[in-house]
Amino acid sequence: MNIIVVGLNHKTAPVEIREKISFQPAMLEEAHGKLLQTQGVTEGMILSTCNRVEVYSCVNDIESGIREVKEFLSAFHGLPLERFEEHLFVCSAEDALRHLFRVASSLDSMVVGEPQILGQLKEAYQTSCKYKAAGVILNKLLHRAFSTAKRVRTETKIASSAVSISYAAVELAKKIFGSLDGKVVMLVGAGEMCELAAKHFINSGIKDIYVTNRTFERAERLAEEFKGTPVNFNEFQHTLHKADIVLSSTGATHYIIKPEDVTEALKARKQKPMFFIDIAVPRDIDPKVNDIDNVYLYDIDDMQGVIEANVKGRSKEAEKAEGIIAEELKVFIHWLKTLDLTPTIVGMRERGEEIRKLELNKALTFLNGISPTQMKVLESMTSSIVNKLLHHPIVALKTHAKDHYRDMYLEVARNMFDLADKEKEEPDQELEE
Amino acid sequence: MLFYITLFLYLAATSGYISYVITLKKPISILSTSILIASFILHAVVISLRYPELGHPPFIGIETLSLLAWAIVGIYLLVEWRYKVYVLGSIVSPIAFILLLLTVIIPEGEIVVPPYLRSVWFPLHVGFAFLGNAIFSLACAAGIMYLIQERQVKGHHLGGIHKRLPSLEVLDEINEMCLFIGFPLMTFGIITGFIWSNAVWGTFWKFSPRAIFSLITWLLYATLLTGRLSVGWRGRRAAVLAITGFSIMIATYFVINIIWGGHAFK
Repeated sequence: MNIIVVGLNHKTAPVEIREKISFQPAMLEEAHGKLLQTQGVTEGMILSTCNRVEVYSCVNDIESGIREVKEFLSAFHGLPLERFEEHLFVCSAEDALRHLFRVASSLDSMVVGEPQILGQLKEAYQTSCKYKAAGVILNKLLHRAFSTAKRVRTETKIASSAVSISYAAVELAKKIFGSLDGKVVMLVGAGEMCELAAKHFINSGIKDIYVTNRTFERAERLAEEFKGTPVNFNEFQHTLHKADIVLSSTGATHYIIKPEDVTEALKARKQKPMFFIDIAVPRDIDPKVNDIDNVYLYDIDDMQGVIEANVKGRSKEAEKAEGIIAEELKVFIHWLKTLDLTPTIVGMRERGEEIRKLELNKALTFLNGISPTQMKVLESMTSSIVNKLLHHPIVALKTHAKDHYRDMYLEVARNMFDLADKEKEEPDQELEE
Repeated sequence: MLFYITLFLYLAATSGYISYVITLKKPISILSTSILIASFILHAVVISLRYPELGHPPFIGIETLSLLAWAIVGIYLLVEWRYKVYVLGSIVSPIAFILLLLTVIIPEGEIVVPPYLRSVWFPLHVGFAFLGNAIFSLACAAGIMYLIQERQVKGHHLGGIHKRLPSLEVLDEINEMCLFIGFPLMTFGIITGFIWSNAVWGTFWKFSPRAIFSLITWLLYATLLTGRLSVGWRGRRAAVLAITGFSIMIATYFVINIIWGGHAFK
């Protein structure tokens, strides 16, 4: 059994492509169904966020599996493969597992440590379960991924940096505006970090939110999510004066908010203070904006500076996180290997033999001395009981080893004969969080 | 005796507020406020008991400092109740303490109250002017804090000071509120001054450096008020103007009132 990932994300594909390949929630039922019908795919899960579209699947054969999943993406979105194949990334086996663990732990995020991705992954998994696309392997894999993410979050300081940027942004805004009640936020561009910070602001009582984005549909979508108002990207500068707080994170290569835009906005709002947070790299907002009276501009470095004391040695933390992932990976791979026919059958036989010997010895203590012949009879009788009991289960396993239910049968057998790893997996409470 | 208890209470409130600013512990701020309220009430008793002793209203000579301290504390207590800016208390209570202390330190000769001060308009004139001054002193303190806080936020250096100062908006709001209340009071003070002058000397305007500086200050606050209402002068600019206005007022008071002996009425 092989696990593969085919997908694209913020590192491999521009947003225009990501948008074309992304899956809207309404499409997911059909998509999971089609994915399962794909030749050689036994389990599947689709993770689709604004920064990534990744298809995780269990396939019989890696090479043909990858090809089939690519075809699935192309056919489902009605987009010729040539149009986006160069942006796809593919990994399999251990690399695929590591990728999933890194994604779950937010090491692969645009803003490393942002916590949203874990929620999105949990949602993707639940959806996949709902449409019966996740089986034994993905179940086990995702739970392992969730507990890895949890370990990374609690044992390293990776997460605190991203959270503290949003937290610091809200705290700073409070130092400028006092209370945030009735304040208005504008999102320019819609990166993960922007969304995260926006959520923090919404929880702090802001009144309204404007969203603008180069592609208007995405602005609309995000505005809907935040119950805000979408604004046309070409003229968002004219709406600027309505915002008290502006969060910017576009992929623009030049400054999109210039001092004259801000001066104009200030005039329109009678010099009421404005707080700009520029999370984009390269920056979206001309640093000269900070020289204007009643305007406060913080770029990502300034924000980092604010929280620097809390998060020192980021790379060391990242290293630690990779270490945790490697550990968890080992545990999972070990489990995956046991999910083979031979070790399972061997295990069942060993378990039977173990019980047989135990019970035989118990019986012998009650019989005071028996002849070698009698002993032989006892031995062969007990052996044949064990063998006969095991016969049908083993035949069933062997029969199903070639079909769709293989992993399920193996997993059930391992559980019934108590062959599962000593280390118990965490129950679904991970999902409840 | 009561006077010294008051003085001591102001000192206690001062240390209370300062330790609150250092530790940021809530109970200390509540304690400090209680002490300050107690000293405010006691101070009122001291002033009213002293009135008959003096034989003249407490509006002349060194007694004015005590009255000024009392007014500032009173207005600060209102601001604190509204905006919860305890940091301001750490500036106001030492000021009250020092002003009150000065009334003991600075020797005062026998005051002969000239007949022209016995007009009904005089206490009104001074009373309004006093309340105005007290309010503008708070605006000045808020302005100073605004400039410090603004520097922190703009410069991206957020240290311990930053954490202890109120938000820019609250400081600016205090500035605005002080302007809105202080300016009419100051205006009444000047108008009653004219009336008083007219009643005593038969002319609305008697030239004196104090009167001129008062007018300059009034014009400055008038400009600030207009600017704020029409084009939204706020924040830094408002803070600087509030500080400037109060500095002129203080200078007028000490240089002209004490050194030159008040309005040049002779």
